[in-house]
Amino acid sequence: MLPAVREGVPNEAEVAAADVHLRNVVKTYGGVVAVDDLTLEIPRGEFFSLLGPSGCGKTTTLGMIGGFETPTSGTIMLGDQDVSRVPPYKRDVNTVFQSYALFPHLDIFGNIAFGLKRKGMPKEQIASRVTEVLRLVDLPGYEKRKISELSGGQQQRIALARALVNEPRVLLLDEPLGALDLKLRKQMQAELKRIQQDVGITFLYVTHDQEEAMAMSDRLAVMNAGKIEQYGTPRDVYERPATRFVASFLGASNLIAGKVVSSGGAEFAEVVLAGGQTVRVPAERVTPGQVEISVGIRPEKLLLEPVSEPAAPGYNAITGQVILGTYLGVSHQYIVKGPADTELVVYVQNLGATAPTLGETVRLSWLPEHTFVV
Amino acid sequence: MSTVELPTATVPREPKQGRGPLRLGRFVLPVYTWLVILYTVIPIVLMIVYSFNQAPSGRMTFQWLGFTTQWYQHVFQIPDLTNALVNSLIVAGSSSLISAIIGTPLAIALARYRYLGRNVTEGVIFTNIAAPSVVVGASLLSLFITLNLNRGLVTIIIAHVSFCIAFVAIVVRARIVGLDRSIEKAAYDLGATPWVAFQKVLLPLIMPGIIAGMLLAFAMSIDDFIITSFVAGQTLTFPLWVYGAVKVGIPPQVFVMGTLIFLIGVVLALVNVFMQRRRA
Repeated sequence: MLPAVREGVPNEAEVAAADVHLRNVVKTYGGVVAVDDLTLEIPRGEFFSLLGPSGCGKTTTLGMIGGFETPTSGTIMLGDQDVSRVPPYKRDVNTVFQSYALFPHLDIFGNIAFGLKRKGMPKEQIASRVTEVLRLVDLPGYEKRKISELSGGQQQRIALARALVNEPRVLLLDEPLGALDLKLRKQMQAELKRIQQDVGITFLYVTHDQEEAMAMSDRLAVMNAGKIEQYGTPRDVYERPATRFVASFLGASNLIAGKVVSSGGAEFAEVVLAGGQTVRVPAERVTPGQVEISVGIRPEKLLLEPVSEPAAPGYNAITGQVILGTYLGVSHQYIVKGPADTELVVYVQNLGATAPTLGETVRLSWLPEHTFVV
Repeated sequence: MSTVELPTATVPREPKQGRGPLRLGRFVLPVYTWLVILYTVIPIVLMIVYSFNQAPSGRMTFQWLGFTTQWYQHVFQIPDLTNALVNSLIVAGSSSLISAIIGTPLAIALARYRYLGRNVTEGVIFTNIAAPSVVVGASLLSLFITLNLNRGLVTIIIAHVSFCIAFVAIVVRARIVGLDRSIEKAAYDLGATPWVAFQKVLLPLIMPGIIAGMLLAFAMSIDDFIITSFVAGQTLTFPLWVYGAVKVGIPPQVFVMGTLIFLIGVVLALVNVFMQRRRA
């Protein structure tokens, strides 16, 4: 496996300001490693997502921060307090569960007031806090309703309100939108983002949906097989995926194997692709001494041109054969057989240009700065 | 910007029942069901009907001699019988309560935790239900004799609790297994200690199960004859008294009491179902 280059690792000031620190956290279940030596800083007041496929350890990580799982080794700090072995009811975090986990025997007021009552808050204050948080989640006046009277989306909001009303240090969200239909999910994404900005509480959001994570997060960490593959802003991670896994999990990527032939001192390193064509990549993206690499380009960064037209200066260019074209309305998607028979995906915005025919040899070009290396 | 109208899903029509070649739904199933219902209900109906029968000698006869409500007016006329019924109610009441108190934590343990001896406990519960009453009764009697316990209400209650726990545990466990585990987690998450989470969240949610378990235990206890006859000593419960009376003739009050016990059971069960529906 390639070494995980941790792009956008927070600097020391960020570490100091972070709300949640995970240090070398390991969790094993009877010999099976679920979380493998995880170190992570979640900055205060940010919308942070843990993104990964199912079984990557993201929910286990969330469970350890919430206090439902105890780390096998390593420490979890909330601010400067070590909470690794503190039970959930003594931690200043609250969770929005995937199944909402609302209390069916209590009305909405009873559900939202549950946490405040445990803290022994005076009754009048509880009532006003509940009213306030119901307004925040856009369900004012719902105090006396029963849980069973609510739709899925409304239950979701109540679950959020029940957690937020306690003003926790960190709010944990475990795939909270998973049970909603697409339209409602998009709406709730925007809503969650708005609420997070309103209250300024650190949100730790766990999801396997890359689009969701990209749309909402200030920063995200991509997890795979119990490890963090990459950490950074959605833009960093998308534009410069550090590993093969990230490149393919977060959006689509074209990866072509190649050899670095020159890198010393210049702005761009030259890479000879399998099949013999040469492209340029920003030199700082090539680890010194590394020779065998894969060059990556996102499908929307590629320009598809007829070979008869002259190539634009400064662009990387390779040739290939169109083997499949799909009309998607907003764009065309082409599969082009490129160097060493690698199948490359190209998105062409639907501007009404003449479509290349199947079997036609075309040129794919892109800016060298749009190239990443894994 | 225009709103995108999602097409409303068309609900596929359920295929009509009983359209198969055998038309099971139309004839066979209703007839079969009604036969089973008759089979189970006839004895109870007979008991109720004969509780209104005239019986000049004060002993039950199965000839219909005319309608009367006199046995209902004089239901507590036979002191020994009344005493036996009171004993039965005390035994059934306390053993269902005690077995709920012991059986509920057992159900929680079985449903929610993995621990050494869990499978053994489970096995014991099922053998407890499967064990023949004669065996249980005889072994309990020898245990009480060994311990030098005087046979009476206490030993009957101890014996009844021992078989009622299993029923409570099974009914309550089914209720807990049906609950989303996250609900308890949510209680902890919101600052409830394990005890508070139990009191405020788990207990109210499993209460219908506990009540259903207690009703079942009550029903098992109030008509137990075999085990009771081993451990009762000189004390008589309702079934023991009735058994003793069979040889000389059963007074009609027995049918009245049987009817009343049955009706109380039905009412309680209906109330529990109704409460459960209202909560949900």
